[in-house]
Amino acid sequence: MLSKRIIPCLDVREGRTTKGIKFKNNVDIGDPVEMALMYYEAGADEIVFYDITASHEKRDIMIDVVRKVAETIFIPFSVGGGIRTLEDMRDVLLAGAEKVSVNSAAVVNPGIISQGAAAFGSQCIVLGMDVKHVGKSEKIPSGYEIVINGGRKYMGIDALEWALKGQALGAGEICLNSIDADGTKDGYELTLTELISTSVDIPVIASGGAGHPVHLRDVLTTGKADAALIASMVHYGTYTVPEIKSYLDESGVKIRSTW
Amino acid sequence: MIAIIDYDAGNLTSVSRALSHIGVENVITNDIKLIVSAERIIFPGVGAAGSAMQSLIRLGLDTAIRQAVDGGKPVLGICLGTQIILQKSEENQAKCLGIIDGSTLAFSEIFREKGIKGLKIPHMGWNQISLKTEHPVFAGLKETDEFYFVHGYYPWPENSRQVIATTDYGISFPSVIGMNNLVATQFHPEKSGNPGLTILKNFSSWEPC
Repeated sequence: MLSKRIIPCLDVREGRTTKGIKFKNNVDIGDPVEMALMYYEAGADEIVFYDITASHEKRDIMIDVVRKVAETIFIPFSVGGGIRTLEDMRDVLLAGAEKVSVNSAAVVNPGIISQGAAAFGSQCIVLGMDVKHVGKSEKIPSGYEIVINGGRKYMGIDALEWALKGQALGAGEICLNSIDADGTKDGYELTLTELISTSVDIPVIASGGAGHPVHLRDVLTTGKADAALIASMVHYGTYTVPEIKSYLDESGVKIRSTW
Repeated sequence: MIAIIDYDAGNLTSVSRALSHIGVENVITNDIKLIVSAERIIFPGVGAAGSAMQSLIRLGLDTAIRQAVDGGKPVLGICLGTQIILQKSEENQAKCLGIIDGSTLAFSEIFREKGIKGLKIPHMGWNQISLKTEHPVFAGLKETDEFYFVHGYYPWPENSRQVIATTDYGISFPSVIGMNNLVATQFHPEKSGNPGLTILKNFSSWEPC
């Protein structure tokens, strides 16, 4: 039986891991390669890196981080943030990432999903979605709207329609981030996660809002997610990955228990 | 020296990096002379069966792989490399190497046939394997160990004795197949943490009888 995946997420700016709330107030919390190794040894099932380096000129720093991570850990990891072109995708995949995630660039240019899938295979194209609850309307029938620029710009696109379109274009996985829940530590957006995960055929990673192991249990059962992203609850030592996994195991959620 | 066969099929560097990490000399190559002289061969791959077969034939590597298997050299197939070892694939109805009799089948077909609902395709993530027989390449693993899979198709040898291990995902499918000096995994040992590295280490010293 397939295990549910627990995925620490590292926001990286100019080669250092940072953590902010709702994309603001970033603080330095360590070296991404060392943190990746620590999570690898602690039993993380995968690792996600988001490059939040503002300047395009400094993107080579991230490629260097990816290369070092690939030499250090032997589980899959993905890289997102600022991926706009096939060339950007090729750079991170050649540096050793297993998957690459596209978010804003795909909203503006959906063709990047199909081009990436054709060039590198669907299995390495993750569609990142930032979503806000706006209430149901004619334009947004699911009540969830796609936003970009860290939630500042509403795109007038229904989240469910976008997920189905992303799948049709060749995305191999969806990373679903609730901007409303992100940074709150009050739990994942269960309604949104269940809606998307039961509507698509590809795996869905839930993101945003994790503060307690019970939140992971809920999103992996009620929310029907295939994987759960975690950040501050492990970055600050509130919980360890093994503690979260033990809790899930005792709650009857199938997880990878030895590594 | 292990030759990792390069036929433009996905991320081969991850296999090389994992071998280097455990101190095993390796080279990524499509040079037939190097492949013939290598002590062992790893045949990895990510992508589609049809285009992978075309690349293999264009580079003359299909013959090189057959000769290595026939000549008794230890060969490890990974993921697409495993599927291509069979005769044909349901993926684009591709004709494959035919080293092992059987086909590569689609999860979507069998799920439809058996009315299995709610399982995502690809089968992506960590899952256990259940060994049908003792095998030196799988020595030293714990029963609870899991391996990283990402695939929409699975190998189905005609001869069930060529199934070394199975994995459950809606159905029980062969996740390791092989015969004599050939062993092939549907999962990625190079992305499966310590248990995966153990398999690569075992393979690098395996002396098939």
